Amino acid sequence: MKGYKIIVLAKQVPDTRNVGKDAMKADGTVNRAALPAIFNPEDLNALEQALRIKDQFPGTTITVLTMGPGRAAEIIREGLFRGADDGILLTDRAFAGSDTLATSYAIGQTLKKYGDFDIIIAGRQAIDGDTAQVGPQVAEKLGIPQITYAEEIQAIEKGKVTVKRRLERGVEVVKCPMPLVVTVNSSAPDCRARNAKLIMKYKHAKTISEMQEANEDYLHLYNDRPYLTIKEWTVQNIEVDMNELGLTGSPTKVKKVENVVLQSKGAKVITSSDEDMDQLMRELIENHTIG
Amino acid sequence: MNSVFVYIEIEDGQVAEVSMELLTKGRALATELKCKLEAIAIGYKLDGIEKDIFPYGVDVLHIADDKRLAPYTTLPHTSIVVKLFQEEKPQIALMGASSVGRDLGPRVSSALHSGLTADCTSLVIGDHEDKKQNKEYTDLLYQIRPAFGGNIIATIINPDCRPQMATVREGVMKKEILDPKYKGTTNKLDVSKYTSDVDFVVEMIERHMEKSKVNIKGAGIIVAGGYGVGSKENFNLLFELAEVLGGEVGASRAAVDSGYVEHGRQIGQTGTTVRPKLYIACGISGQIQHRAGMEESAQIIAINTDPEAPINSIADYVITGDVAEILPKMIKFYKANTK
Repeated sequence: MKGYKIIVLAKQVPDTRNVGKDAMKADGTVNRAALPAIFNPEDLNALEQALRIKDQFPGTTITVLTMGPGRAAEIIREGLFRGADDGILLTDRAFAGSDTLATSYAIGQTLKKYGDFDIIIAGRQAIDGDTAQVGPQVAEKLGIPQITYAEEIQAIEKGKVTVKRRLERGVEVVKCPMPLVVTVNSSAPDCRARNAKLIMKYKHAKTISEMQEANEDYLHLYNDRPYLTIKEWTVQNIEVDMNELGLTGSPTKVKKVENVVLQSKGAKVITSSDEDMDQLMRELIENHTIG
Repeated sequence: MNSVFVYIEIEDGQVAEVSMELLTKGRALATELKCKLEAIAIGYKLDGIEKDIFPYGVDVLHIADDKRLAPYTTLPHTSIVVKLFQEEKPQIALMGASSVGRDLGPRVSSALHSGLTADCTSLVIGDHEDKKQNKEYTDLLYQIRPAFGGNIIATIINPDCRPQMATVREGVMKKEILDPKYKGTTNKLDVSKYTSDVDFVVEMIERHMEKSKVNIKGAGIIVAGGYGVGSKENFNLLFELAEVLGGEVGASRAAVDSGYVEHGRQIGQTGTTVRPKLYIACGISGQIQHRAGMEESAQIIAINTDPEAPINSIADYVITGDVAEILPKMIKFYKANTK
């Protein structure tokens, strides 16, 4: 069996779920240094769906594609540790300031260049923006169908993929021909843990930029073991119209950003004593809020 | 002046709540911009749907009616909306931030190369000056939404590309009929001209939709829990208090993500927006995404072990302490005082 060619779209994101008190600087801008960078949670759900296809169909290959700064290579290694076969880091200053549409254009052009895929799987949305736009926009750029809100890729047969979707108010099972884009919800199974053997195999996997900073003792490894080189692509590697990238290529602009400043409206502070609780319930009953 | 457009979502042959809310907002925007409000309804057996839509002040209703257009699938709905927008060139297009709108919106925006802002909590008209290019823009749509984990509120604009697209969650905008006798015109689309056979490659194998069982949107009293409630078992206390007070139980995203309660109870930017007369926030720190969904509550009681919790700043009553101790007391003294 020949298996399938799967691309997993993943994003390294600041962990906005655990924002501490030092997340904002005094000038009201976001202190990115205070936020740990993580593998976007739903992209891990997506990776698990890809790995399950690989379990079922030997010969399947999984390529993790991410767009971001140099350090985003971390999540490609994370993908390799869990069972992906290789990765592409798409990184260029020209991408800075991209909105979802400019991002989708860059990813779409990369996939057109890379060419070889049957299924593209991504998380439904990233926790730093929660927009859920890049998956469908990439599908449109490639002119292929999309199945969003996926919970389970149930079957692949005769060139068609059967997907169970978990929607706000129900469930759908749909069948769609390949190639297609699938975006996966957090209700899908969690991603399996790292595999100890794969950590040993890939712990030195690096992009070209990372190799240049690496200890020279290891450099021979990259000649001996080509799988340790993580592809690093810039605009030079793909065909792009520079006007479609970055801030210039983004139809949406941020006009204003306001820090969230809370001003107390002068709440009554009460204790959990019996007297205070009794008084509170009396007050709410008397002013007809309850009762 | 180009129109404001609303995509009408159809559920079981009915106009979805979120679409009626967006028609209300769309009407207000169209009136301010002195332009028409138009709507597009795509589905099957839509006869008579105009009587549910015109009262919101819709001037033109476009209808695409075909057996293959219901239930919703991405590609044919995208093709119809994209072609219609290319013909009509709306300046603004609004969709629900539902599983339909969040599937359709980005696909349409990509095809038209127009900007789309997801999950807006406010939409207003305003001007913009681009100092770098020395350009002035009037009457843009300000698309306002919390971002970056709720630490900032961003105002997004689309200066040059049209339509300016935004999605909005159900419950964020208020639904209000403009005039029950409002007369608009209907434009029936020839579906074969707007779609092609390749749009119908996705087959629906199974479909089970249910009406939302939980009615937190209509509840007068909401007892909501956050991550600080600590466990699924502790949530039972919230259900007890809600039952005693005749209310419903809501939750923050953190509580839903932790599996304490089902997603249908989630309140906030990515859940439901509520405006009850009493909101009791238990173990909820009060990130802006949560506050965006409840801050218009008439009265707010915040129960939290952290005296510095952000929720306290919008509360009418702040109780610093443990939910597991305080809720049984509230139940006890409510019963004692209503005997």
